[in-house]
This record gives sequence, C-alpha cells and structure tokens, in this order.
Amino acid sequence: MTLAAILFYLFSITAVIAGTMVISLKNPVHSVLSLIVAFFSVAWLFIMLGAEFISMLLIIVYAGAVAVLFLFVIMMMDINFAELRQGFAKYLPVGVIVAGLFFLELFVMLKLSNIKGGMLPLSCAPPSTATSNTMELGKILYTDYFYAFEIAGLVLLVAMIGAIVLTLRHKEGVRRQNIGRQVSRTVEDSITIVKVESGKGI
Amino acid sequence: MNAFLEIGLIHYIVLSSLLFTIGTLGIFINRKNVITLLLSIELMLLSVNINFVAFSAYLGNLTGQVFTMFVLTVAAAEAAIGLAILVVYFRNRGTIAVEDIHMMRG
Amino acid sequence: MLAYFIVFLPVLAAIYTGLGCRIISVRHAQIVTCLGTIISAILSWVLFYNVVMQGAGATVEILPWIHSDEFMVNWSLKVDQLTAVMLVVVTSVSALVHVYSVGYMAHDEHPQRFMAYLSLFTFFMLMLVTANDFVQLFFGWEGVGLSSYLLIGFWDKKPSANAAAMKAFIVNRIGDFGFAIGIFSVFMIFGSVHFADVFAAAPSKINETINIAGMQFPALDFICVMLFIGAMGKSAQIGLHTWLPDAMEGPTPVSALIHAATMVTAGVFLVARCSPLFEYAPHALMMVTAVGAVTCLFAGTIAITQNDIKRIIAYSTCSQLGYMFFACGVSAYSAGIFHLMTHAFFKALLFLGAGSVIHAMSDEQDIRNMGGIWKKIPITYALFWIGSLALAGIPFFAGYFSKDAILESAYAADTNIGHFAFYMGLAAAFLTALYSWRLIIIAFHGAPRASDETMHHIHESPNIMLVPLYFLALGAVVSGAAGYYILHMVSGDGAFWQDSIKVLEEHNVLEKIHHIPTLVKLSPLIAGISGIGLAYFLYMFRPGLPGKIAAAFRPIYKFFYNKWYFDEFYDWLFVRPAKRIGRFLWKIFDIKIIDGFGPNGAAFITRFSSIRFGVVQTGYVYHYAFVMMVGLIGFITWYIYRSLG
Repeated sequence: MTLAAILFYLFSITAVIAGTMVISLKNPVHSVLSLIVAFFSVAWLFIMLGAEFISMLLIIVYAGAVAVLFLFVIMMMDINFAELRQGFAKYLPVGVIVAGLFFLELFVMLKLSNIKGGMLPLSCAPPSTATSNTMELGKILYTDYFYAFEIAGLVLLVAMIGAIVLTLRHKEGVRRQNIGRQVSRTVEDSITIVKVESGKGI
Repeated sequence: MNAFLEIGLIHYIVLSSLLFTIGTLGIFINRKNVITLLLSIELMLLSVNINFVAFSAYLGNLTGQVFTMFVLTVAAAEAAIGLAILVVYFRNRGTIAVEDIHMMRG
Repeated sequence: MLAYFIVFLPVLAAIYTGLGCRIISVRHAQIVTCLGTIISAILSWVLFYNVVMQGAGATVEILPWIHSDEFMVNWSLKVDQLTAVMLVVVTSVSALVHVYSVGYMAHDEHPQRFMAYLSLFTFFMLMLVTANDFVQLFFGWEGVGLSSYLLIGFWDKKPSANAAAMKAFIVNRIGDFGFAIGIFSVFMIFGSVHFADVFAAAPSKINETINIAGMQFPALDFICVMLFIGAMGKSAQIGLHTWLPDAMEGPTPVSALIHAATMVTAGVFLVARCSPLFEYAPHALMMVTAVGAVTCLFAGTIAITQNDIKRIIAYSTCSQLGYMFFACGVSAYSAGIFHLMTHAFFKALLFLGAGSVIHAMSDEQDIRNMGGIWKKIPITYALFWIGSLALAGIPFFAGYFSKDAILESAYAADTNIGHFAFYMGLAAAFLTALYSWRLIIIAFHGAPRASDETMHHIHESPNIMLVPLYFLALGAVVSGAAGYYILHMVSGDGAFWQDSIKVLEEHNVLEKIHHIPTLVKLSPLIAGISGIGLAYFLYMFRPGLPGKIAAAFRPIYKFFYNKWYFDEFYDWLFVRPAKRIGRFLWKIFDIKIIDGFGPNGAAFITRFSSIRFGVVQTGYVYHYAFVMMVGLIGFITWYIYRSLG
C-alpha cells in the first residue's frame, strides 16, 4: 500500500468516526470537540489533494472561529445537562434505514454516471513549484470571481448585523450617553442667573 | 483490490457521501438539543467542501476551491446567525430541547 | 288610422290608471278608463260601418318586432270584416262592463286597479283580433290569459280566488303549448307566420306531411289540430274546461266580460281566422266538430244540477262555445261568429243581471237561498227573462237566428259527424232551456228562502249598473235580426265576410241549409219550448218532483253534479303525481343529493379532510427534514429506475 492510500484511509476513517460522534454524544461540548477533530482530518485530506490554502482556511476559520463560537454559546447558555432527555435509540433504526437508503442511492448514481478516469489516482502536488496554491487562488479570485468575492463580504456583514440585532438587549436603567443631546445643549438650557439679595436664599 | 490501493476520485466522493449521510442522520435522530442540529449542518457543509476540492483536483481547475472558500464564508455566517437565534430562543424559552419546538403545529 | 285609436286607447288608460292606482282618486280612474273604452267602442262602430258598407279593410304596419334571418314578424293591425265584427263586440261589451263596474265595485278597496286590469284586458283582446300574423295573435292570446289571471285573482286575500286564478292560467297554458307547437309547425311548413302568406300557400301544401318523432302526419291536419288544442284551452272545451267554473271566483263584471263575451271566444275567432287552413284539413274539422258537440251536451248536463247562480251561467257559456265550435267544424264559420256576436250580448246580460241579483241579495250566490224576489227587483227580473229568451233561441230574439243557423248547418253537412253534432246540439238546446228557466224559477219565484234581514235589504241596482244592462238587452233582442236580415251575416255566398273567412265549395253548408226538411228547421224551437215547459212543470207546479227524480237516479245525478268527476280525475292523474314528484325532488334530490354533493358536501369534506391531513403538520423540524429526505430518495429511485430501464 502506498503512503497516500494509508494516509487517506487513516484520515477518512477518523473523519467518519468523528462525524458519528458528533451526532451521537450527549454532551454538546463533546459534540463540538468531535467536530473539530473532523475538521482537522479533512484538513489533512485537503493537503493531500494539494489544496493547502483551503486546508489552512478550514483550520483557522472553521475550527478556530466557528467551532469556538459554538463553544462560547454552549458555555454561556445555562444548559441543564441532566434534563436532556433520553429516547435516542427509539428513532435510530428508521433514521439509519433512510440514511442508508440515501447513501446507497448516491452510490448507485455514482456508478451510473460516466466519470471517466474516476479510478485514476489524483495528483497531490501542483504542476510546478513556482506557484503555490495560495498564489493561484489569488490570481483568479480577484479577477474572475471578483463579484462573488465582494458579495461574500456583504454576506458576512449582513450576518454580523443580524446577529447583533437578534441578541442585543437594552437593559432598563443602564446609563448611556446621548452625544447628540450633550452637544446640542445651549447656555439657556443649563444655566440660569438669578439675582440674589445678600442674606437671603433662592 | 487494486481499487482500494489507488486512491481515485471515487473514494473522495464516497467519503463525501458518507459524511453527508451522517449529517442528515444527525438532523432527524437528535431530539435533544439544537446545538447538535447546527453541528450536523456544519458536517454536511464539510462533506460538500470535500467534494468540491476533490473535483477541483480531478479536473485540474481551481474553480472548485474558490467555491469552497465561499461555502466556508456562508457556513460561518450561517453558524453565527443560527447561534444568535438559539441564544434568543433560549432566553425566551429556557430550554433547547428540539422536542419542545413545535409552535407551528397544526 | 281609426284602428290605432281603437286598439291603443284602452292600453293608455290602463297604463295611466295602473301606474297611478295608489295616487289618483277612484273617480278619476273610473272616468279615464271608461272614457277610453267608450271612445274605442264608438270608433269601432264607425270602423265597422266603413269596413262593411264601404269595404275599406286595410292592414297597418306599426313597428318591426322580430327580424331573425327568415323569421320576420312585425307589429301590425289587420282590419277586415271578421276583425270589424270582433272589434265591435269586444269594445262594446267592454265599455258596458266598465260602466257597470263603476257601480258594482264601488265598495271595493281597489277599484282603480280593477279598472286598469279591465282596460288592459281589452287592449290584449284587441291586439289578438287585429293580429296580422300568428305571433302577434299569440301575444294577445297570452296577454288575455294574463289579464284573466289578474282579474280572477283580484280579491287576492281569498285563497280560493288565488287557486282559481292559478288553475285558469295553468290549464290555459296547456292549451297554449299546443298552440305554440302549431305555430312552430306553421313556420316549418310555410316558412312564414304571416296570415297572408300562410293562407295563400295553403292549397299547395295539401299533400305535405310533417315528421314528428319519427311518425308522419299530414301537415295541415297536424297544424290545425295543434291550433285547435290551443283554442280548446282558451275556450274551455271538454278536457281543458276545468278552469271555467272556478273562474267564477272573480268579480261578476270579470265573468261577464272575459268568460262570456270575449276571452273564451278567442278560440272560436282563431278557428274562423284560420278557416283557409282548416278547410284543407278534414280530420281537424272532424275533431273540432266532435269536441264542440260533446262539450255542448256535457256542459248542459252539469248545468242542470248546479246551485250557484254564476256557475250555471258559466256552464251555459261552455255549452254555447261548443255550439260555436261545431259550427266551425262543419265549415259554417260565419254561423259560428254570428253566434259569438249574439252570445256576447245575451250572456253578458245574464252575467251582469246575476251580478245585480247577487248585489241585491247581499252577496248571496246560492240559488237555494233565494226565492220570491221577482216583485222586489222587477227590472232585473225582466232583463233576466230577455237574456234567457235569447239564450234559449226563442224566435226573434237574438239567439234564435244564430242557434238555428248552427243546428241547420250541422244537419245539412250530411256527414256522420255533422249529424252527431246536430243531435247533440238539439239535446243541448233542450237542456239549455231547462236550466235557464230552472234558474229563473228557483231564484225569483216561490216562497222566500233567504233570511228576513236579506229580504229587507233587497233593492234594485243603481242606474249606473242598470244602463249598461239596457244596452245589452237591446243587443240581445236586436242583434240577431239585424245580423240576419240586414247584414246577411249568414248566407250561402259569404258576401258579408268576403275574404276574411274561406269556405271551400264542397263544404258550403250555408248554401245547403235552404234544402233541409222543415221539421229539422223547427226542431230547435220545439226543443226549447219543451224545455221551458218541463222547467215550469218541475219547479213551479211540482216542486217536490226534481228531488225525487234526483234521488231515483242518484248515480247519474251525482255524476252530473260532480262535473263528471273531471276535477277529481285530473287531480288523481296529474296533480297528485306532480306534487309527489315535486316533494321527491325537493326533499331527496335537492336537499340530500345536490346539497349533499354540492355546498354541504364540499364543506364537510373540506373540514373533514383538512383535519385529517393536518395531522401531518407536527411542527417539528426534524419530521419535516425526514420527510424531505424520504421524498428525495423517492425521486432519485424513480430516476434511477427510469435510466436503468
């Protein structure tokens, strides 16, 4: 067996096991951690395919940001783990059957399609060492896929705004500054000059 | 036997299908918490990414990888929003059991 | 030009009075309508003089009505001798009845509406007689049926009046159905509905046949039979007569105008007008004769047993109409129309006289509750005598000339059916005299059988009611002689009628009546006088005898008294099944089936199924995702299956 094959099988099996653990573990923190394991294995697979930029992206963004975000949320929500109900195994058989059918169908479709040379080994390395995956990606991303790039940015902006809008709470009694009001204060609003007779109060 | 030794496109596709199936299975098996739901979605997106990159390598074309980047972007955005919704829902309901979310019943 | 005024004055009066019946005063309404018809009557006499003496008949086109490819109908007024005679009869009697109604309906709540209806009826009748084609005649036909309905049911708070009005209209409708089929077949055979076209083309269509439901009939016979069915309905011949006695529910002026003088004679007018067609349809003529003959005897037998004063006179009308019809059946159309004219006068006189009696007896109509009043209302009594003498055909009164002409024609026709009609008519003449004098004797003579209070209130009618009666009495006396001697209405050469009535040479019975035996000529007179004598004997001198005869012949008496059980028979045959069908269609078909499958059923199914289907909406996302997955798998399976096969 070539090294490529061994590594492929190693990482793919890890990925599948991690995926299964994601859906079956009771504790959500454990699920997220399994997901991170899955990300890492897939990142290895990407490196083997020669897409090292994507794989780094996966680790940094997916595992480093999204999964951590999940952990944050789980941590901050006061989830009572003891209350999480049982009854998992009741729906397992039907679900497995349906999912199995689905997988089978995908497989059959694969067989029916005519992907030429599907069994040929995939190249792992770029054609020359002069360019890296990153550079190549950069070349086409900012030119051919420019619009998609910009729109992706917009999507992220909207997601950010959406998340803030959804979760922002205005607590009662919190003192805040209203800069506009402060700046538009005039002399007449703030000071009144009163002639006071000596010896008498206001 | 040879098929198993030489890693070709088919193997990646099979892997991708398997992960996708596991992801969908996660959606309808889990009754316990919404987090698992979101994680299953992430799993499905991951499987799609594998597919894209595998095809990109097979076709010698970087388009697949560009699209993978966008899938990544969207997945991140969607995870953020999903979690925001989850937080707000938890604030109002106090539970994240999927079994309790059936207000659209009828 | 005159024709315009004659026909349209009444309708203008009717519309004015009818629309304003709540606004204008009673006196105003009466004056307008009476003036309308009186002027119309005077003008029609003038027109009669013009047409008859100077031969000035004409056709006036007014407006186009229906122009549909080949089917062309216009509003037009045709005036010839036949029309002129009918105009005189209709407008004169109508005018006199209008004046009479002023007095008779004076205590009613809505006299204006009544006068408006009377004028409306007059208009429709005039449209009928001045029609130049079948469709306008049908318009008038239907219109008089409508007015009859409105007038019979005038006292609409009485359920019996409403029922009688509906009965009249419905039975009429059955006849109208036959009439309509007749008109359709006329158009089919002749391609036109104008009298001029149809009558001119009649001789050429003798051998044509018409195909109805796969069977072939001789065309002209079929047409004429259908038209006669319409006439049967309108003129209350046997079979479609059941509405006439019940129509007495209406006020007496209505009975006088509509059910004696004018509307019921529309059938006779139709047959006479279509004489060019009937002459070529021998089977139809036979049917007309047979029906007319049977009717005149049948109605007479019923009349001798009835006790309501108006019903006796109604059956008398039915019987006399039978005379008119069998006269037309033996091709003596002029005799039939002549009798129509004389009959209008004396029958209207009798009805209005009966109205006076009822008025005097404080609305009592049963003759068994009258008696001994001839000294108290002598004028009415005398008028009744005049009318009855005319009816019975006593010489030199009006009925003598017309009735004798008819009976002699029937005999002279020399056919089996003609002779049958003659004997029927003779027997009916006997019965006519019998029941007329029975009426007079029981109602006016003998010991008073009414209560003292009623007898105290008896008074002669006011002048406004009596003056029309005088005119009618004049007509009853004079019209026969005038028509026979002066105008020669009944003559072998048909000089009076010229083209308005057609008689084929071989059917010309009026020529032959000069050659029949003298005994036959005298037989109607003998029958009449013996009838009068028997009436006196039975009712004046031996009052107990009729009761004993009736008891002895109980079944026959009951048969006659119950109008030959026609109403009961129709009820069993038509009315009850119709009601049953109606109930079935309502309860089961409409409510259960149509409503059940339609609105109620659809609503129920919608609710039911939506509740059942709503179970699928569980609200759980994972259920939805699961179902989506299953659906996706289904689709993919199908595609794989297809691409494999």
